[in-house]
Amino acid sequence: MRVALFTTCLVDALFPDAGRATVEVLERLGQPVEFPLEQTCCGQMHANSGYFDVDLVRRYVEVFSGYDAVVVPSGSCAASIRHQHPMIARAAGEHWLAKRAEAIAAKTFELSQFLIDVVGTDDVGAHFPHRVTYHPTCHSMRMLDVGDRPLRLLRNVRGIDLVELPRWDECCGFGGTFSIKNPDVSAAMLADKMEAVIGTGAEVLCAGDRSCLMHIGGGLDRIRAGVRTLHLAEILASTETGYHQGQLPTVTTETAETAETAETAR
Amino acid sequence: MSAGETIWVDNPPFPANARRAVNDAQLRRNIRNATSTIRQRRATMVEELPDWQQLRTAGAAIKDEVLARLDRYLEQFEQAATQRGAHVHWARDADEANSIVGSLVAATGEREVLKVKSMVTQEIGLVGALAKRGISAYETDLAELIVQLGRDRPSHIVVPAIHKNRSEIRKIFLNEMGDAPADLSDDPHALAEAARQHLRRKFFQAKVAISGANFAIAQTGSLLVAESEGNGRMCLTLPETLISVVGIEKLLPTFRDLEVFLQLLPRSSTGERMNPYNSVWTGVTPGDGPQQVHIVLLDNGRTKVLRDHIGRQALRCIRCAACLNVCPVYERTGGHAYGATYPGPIGAVLTPQLVGVEHAATLPFASSLCGYCYEVCPVKIDIPTVLVKLRHDVVKAERASPESVLLTATGAVMKGRRRWTLALRLAPLMRLFRHGGPPPISRWTAVRDLPEPPRQSFRDWWVTRSATSKQADQR
Ligand code: SF4
Repeated sequence: MRVALFTTCLVDALFPDAGRATVEVLERLGQPVEFPLEQTCCGQMHANSGYFDVDLVRRYVEVFSGYDAVVVPSGSCAASIRHQHPMIARAAGEHWLAKRAEAIAAKTFELSQFLIDVVGTDDVGAHFPHRVTYHPTCHSMRMLDVGDRPLRLLRNVRGIDLVELPRWDECCGFGGTFSIKNPDVSAAMLADKMEAVIGTGAEVLCAGDRSCLMHIGGGLDRIRAGVRTLHLAEILASTETGYHQGQLPTVTTETAETAETAETAR
Repeated sequence: MSAGETIWVDNPPFPANARRAVNDAQLRRNIRNATSTIRQRRATMVEELPDWQQLRTAGAAIKDEVLARLDRYLEQFEQAATQRGAHVHWARDADEANSIVGSLVAATGEREVLKVKSMVTQEIGLVGALAKRGISAYETDLAELIVQLGRDRPSHIVVPAIHKNRSEIRKIFLNEMGDAPADLSDDPHALAEAARQHLRRKFFQAKVAISGANFAIAQTGSLLVAESEGNGRMCLTLPETLISVVGIEKLLPTFRDLEVFLQLLPRSSTGERMNPYNSVWTGVTPGDGPQQVHIVLLDNGRTKVLRDHIGRQALRCIRCAACLNVCPVYERTGGHAYGATYPGPIGAVLTPQLVGVEHAATLPFASSLCGYCYEVCPVKIDIPTVLVKLRHDVVKAERASPESVLLTATGAVMKGRRRWTLALRLAPLMRLFRHGGPPPISRWTAVRDLPEPPRQSFRDWWVTRSATSKQADQR
């Protein structure tokens, strides 16, 4: 089975660790992935802001049509590919493209769906001895219907102390450009989400979407809450000997300095 | 032509209204308390029914059938209602509806009329229009009464005074009701009793009542009003003349279809198994109830909505307000921020379609697209998808803006691998603005840091890794 990784533009540009961790987990399970370099963005941010970019839909269809499956470490991008791509193609009058988009959407899986439904396991052999709380993210939960798949994966992580997030079904207030267009409502929603996260005493807030985590994590960093945000893949990648070896990374992404220190230490 | 009070000002500025609302601690508390109670009640009631999803599917299908053959059902309704002694009138817009109702009241010679709670009469601004003709219309629903006495606006579809708590209500009654007991407490029972005494006098005097309808049955020409207090039933039975304003989308094909909707509506709206009062009437029954029965069928933009194959699902709405009660935006802003008769998620999709997106351009953006509204909607209106579609309409109608330039530019960069790879090398620049930057970045950094940019992009890591593993293979 030829499987492609669609990292999403956000992970490619700003959160490569989530992409690297996805590769790590899948390779460990004996499922290598390819990363077609022509990929860029699914166009979700544009579509949700009202700009229907049919060229980005076409690009996605063309780049990934040769694969048996596409795995995406993002619930909202996977949902956009499944539900919005055909609509955008149709709005542009491109009915043939809409058909192809539907076919590829059916082979596109969010990470937890791919692991459980395609690879067929909910235990990836991870080790992560930390207190973690999980935010399900609206699009994973309601548009994509991933259900309890991420939680099943997390419950099987060795050493994890998984605590339930109060009011977990409530939106964090990110909403893409909503956070810019309605900054006050977004901030009010963020405040409540942060309060819930901090109340759990968790060291780590985990989610299947780096975008929501960028928003909640940005808020937590601003108030120096001392809570780290990690993508689901990063927890699943961690083992006693591999990836972060169960350690908490000290910063959200590896920076120039930390990387250099690590190298000199070696 | 006028759409009446569908919107309260041209282009209500949601973000600015919302800013005021989120900082109003009393409002935030009132709405949060009320919505979380109703939300919980609804969830319990829905869990009880094993066939809830099938009921939703049936509800959506019945409404879609009506919308697909609306012309036929409307004529069938008119014929059936007329046969049973009702007078059916047709109104293209708010002005027409108001003038029909105004003339009907004037013909009775009455100067005072009673009102049953109804959204559609709010939409057309009927009370104000009647006042201009010297006719006083008194709201009889407790919450509507509070709003009317307080010279306020409704902020919720089912609970119009949801933004007020009981001590605020007590104050309104004491100051405005005229006949409130001087020692009125803020105990809910005492407040309800004061309203009951106040209204009772009116019920026995009034000769004319005005209502809306929750459902109109094409097969029989019947109308139905569902309510909790019984005040509606007083208005529907005691007066001599009854005038009902009904949106043309309220139709159901047959009486039997109520089987579905009388399960969906109460559980979704008030979290009850059944509405305490369901009043159904069919034309005139000699010697029983109003002997003059008028029905005003209202378009006011609805046929325009019908033309849009994605947007038209908004016409399935049965005004249960479940979408408002779960909406995280509504919970923090309340209803007035929407500047329109229909607030919350359904308002954000219905209002711009009724008045034209150019007159309500901020409303489709008043959502984080979390999808909770769609999950609870008893007639399965995919509100997030309609919102996105309306955003598209707004953007198409607008001229170039800083946002359109930015999004078009990023889109262009994303259409070429080389361009995209080069653009990723600029990520470290973000470090300059991590804790604050010029607008629009400042709207993000006001309450959040930007992430520390990575040392290399994912694709750079991938390319290096592939090259190293290839070298290792060759060795
Ligand atoms: S859109 Fe759906 S949930 Fe909202 S008021 Fe209408 S019927 Fe109820």
